[in-house]
Amino acid sequence: MNVSTIAWITLSAPILAAALILLVTRKSKPLAAGLAILSALITCAGGWILFSRGATGDFLGFNWVDLGASFQIPIGIALDPLSRTMLVIVTTIAPLVFIYSIGYMKDEEGYWRYFAGLALFLFSMLGIVLANNLVMMFIFWELVGVSSYILIGHYFRKDSAADAAKQAFLVNRIGDFGFMLGILLFWISTGTFSFSALNSSAGVFVQHPTLLGVACVLIFCGTVGKSAQFPLHVWLPNSMEGPTPVSSLLHAATMVAAGVYLLARIFPILSASPGACEVVAWTGAITALGAGILATQQDDIKGILAYSTISQLGYMVTGAGLAVSAALPMFHLFTHAFFKCLLFLTAGSVILGMHHEQNIWKMGGLLKKMPVTFITYCCGMLALSGCPFFSGHYSKDLIMACSWEHHRGIFWVVVIAAGLTPFYMTRQAMVVFFGKARTEHSEHAHESPLVMIIPLILLAIPAVCAGYAPVEHFFFHEIGSLAEPEVPSFVPTIFMAAFLAGLGLAFLIYRNVEKDPVRIPFLAQRFYIDDLYFWIVRVIQGGFARLCSFIDRWFIDGILVQGSATFIWTIGFALRFLQLGNIQAYAFFFGAGVIGLIYLILNVR
Amino acid sequence: MPTLANYLLASGILFAVGLGGVMLRRSIIIIFMSLEIMLNAANLALIAFSRYGLVSGHQVFDAQILVFFIITVAAAEVAVGLAIIVSLYRARQTTHVEDLDTLKF
Repeated sequence: MNVSTIAWITLSAPILAAALILLVTRKSKPLAAGLAILSALITCAGGWILFSRGATGDFLGFNWVDLGASFQIPIGIALDPLSRTMLVIVTTIAPLVFIYSIGYMKDEEGYWRYFAGLALFLFSMLGIVLANNLVMMFIFWELVGVSSYILIGHYFRKDSAADAAKQAFLVNRIGDFGFMLGILLFWISTGTFSFSALNSSAGVFVQHPTLLGVACVLIFCGTVGKSAQFPLHVWLPNSMEGPTPVSSLLHAATMVAAGVYLLARIFPILSASPGACEVVAWTGAITALGAGILATQQDDIKGILAYSTISQLGYMVTGAGLAVSAALPMFHLFTHAFFKCLLFLTAGSVILGMHHEQNIWKMGGLLKKMPVTFITYCCGMLALSGCPFFSGHYSKDLIMACSWEHHRGIFWVVVIAAGLTPFYMTRQAMVVFFGKARTEHSEHAHESPLVMIIPLILLAIPAVCAGYAPVEHFFFHEIGSLAEPEVPSFVPTIFMAAFLAGLGLAFLIYRNVEKDPVRIPFLAQRFYIDDLYFWIVRVIQGGFARLCSFIDRWFIDGILVQGSATFIWTIGFALRFLQLGNIQAYAFFFGAGVIGLIYLILNVR
Repeated sequence: MPTLANYLLASGILFAVGLGGVMLRRSIIIIFMSLEIMLNAANLALIAFSRYGLVSGHQVFDAQILVFFIITVAAAEVAVGLAIIVSLYRARQTTHVEDLDTLKF
């Protein structure tokens, strides 16, 4: 088979599976799951074949919109080092999560709906990865939003889940609006949507650096929404209402990373605008620090991971903003995808073992009851914390080292955030796995079934070694250089000190505690940002809605619609009194009318 | 020798008498008779115009022919009208218009 065929099969297998599940196999649980997993395995095979062949090229499927040479929106696949690596990340993790879901969702309602949603998500995600132009990417970008909405709202009978799904969708819409404007701005100035043409069009903007900056920042708005950067990060922690495998695949490993992938996609043009890069880097750094601070005071096992995801996405965005190389954010995306996916799946295993209890203060002492979960959790947790010899250490330290070279202010912000990471992860590990069992459920917790354990073990391997130099070289040497920047020798010591300080402090504070010894409501309440947004929505949007309702009810309905009807009715009512029913009265009116007419004819000149 | 004005005056008086009868009398038969008077007032006016009106110095009899048609049609109309009145009387046992106000609001 040639490369183009494989690529199209890879892209379309999941949507076919989703359609079949929806239309044919609703009744049968094994068939629904089997179809979804089969499609995921096909994409996995396709992804690896394309990667190993080093497939390169731009394969046009068809022109979706064709208005002459000046305006064309093609649906096509772009294969280059960047999309190949991303393809491998997505298609490797997806089947593992799909298989894991069999165990996790075994007794849940809406089984077929869940797998159809997962397959739809996989299709949309692959569309983003393979898209060769901005508009096609935007289409799949929105499709990813839809599948995210469906999957977060899986337990839609629960109000909180339905609200979280709605919030995720709406918050993303805000970012996507900027993204859309950015696409249009780029089209107006360069006349193209295609990534390859766009990335070589920096010359167009030589005279207009501000225009380029604005366009890049507008595109970056899409990233802010999808990758949950400050100030649009609020939806990601709430999206944890969805089933845990969904949090793992969508809201940690792949979908939220789509924003970073977008930045890497437009990296050549983005790095041509220092102003836009500054905005991107600072947004990422602030997000990394803020989310890290918030993660230290969350009680929900998935909530902690959600904030750590936001924090790590902040690192990636910072990495993109440093304008060193597209490989820099992608490398952290790569390692993060594995260890964060692993962490969420272990969290899912814990939650299942605890009979759907998510509060870490009701767990404790799970070390002995769930040994495999604990060991794999440790791999993910150490990788996330940046422990030496684990994958996260390499990618995160690289970003921090690059920031030392390019921007000293950002460097200190991300180093503090790097100190917070081991702190909140150690806190979580201490509370969940060590100490005494705090409740009945943790007393009787049990290890998860094999179908869940195997994906954990398979993911633990890349979580540990995805950062090693050979792996890094294998996946990234074509994308861009990942050379260690020249930094003073004390800089790595700072990283090590931050790691050890966070780890040690958390160990001291959270050893053998029954309740949380540190209580900071300001952090537990998420800086009150959610409340602030709620207030804004209530006051501004609510006020506007009330105004609209008032105008609609009293002006449009009251005066225009009902008013005109009432007016006609009143005239009719008045005229009713002329209907006397007496034939002679009618004759009188008739005669009077004739006389009046004659009078008019004779007197009007 | 009466002039055109005399004839038209007579026609107008007849018409007014007829209209007054239609509007004021209560019995439907009398109303019907008044209606016929109005019709004949119109006939009289037509004949007078025909008699006195000259077209390029010659008398024209078109209007007098028209009057014959009107008389014929009126005869037919009287036949229909009387039939309606008879069946109305059978249905309601009255020929007074005050009792026939079902169309009233």
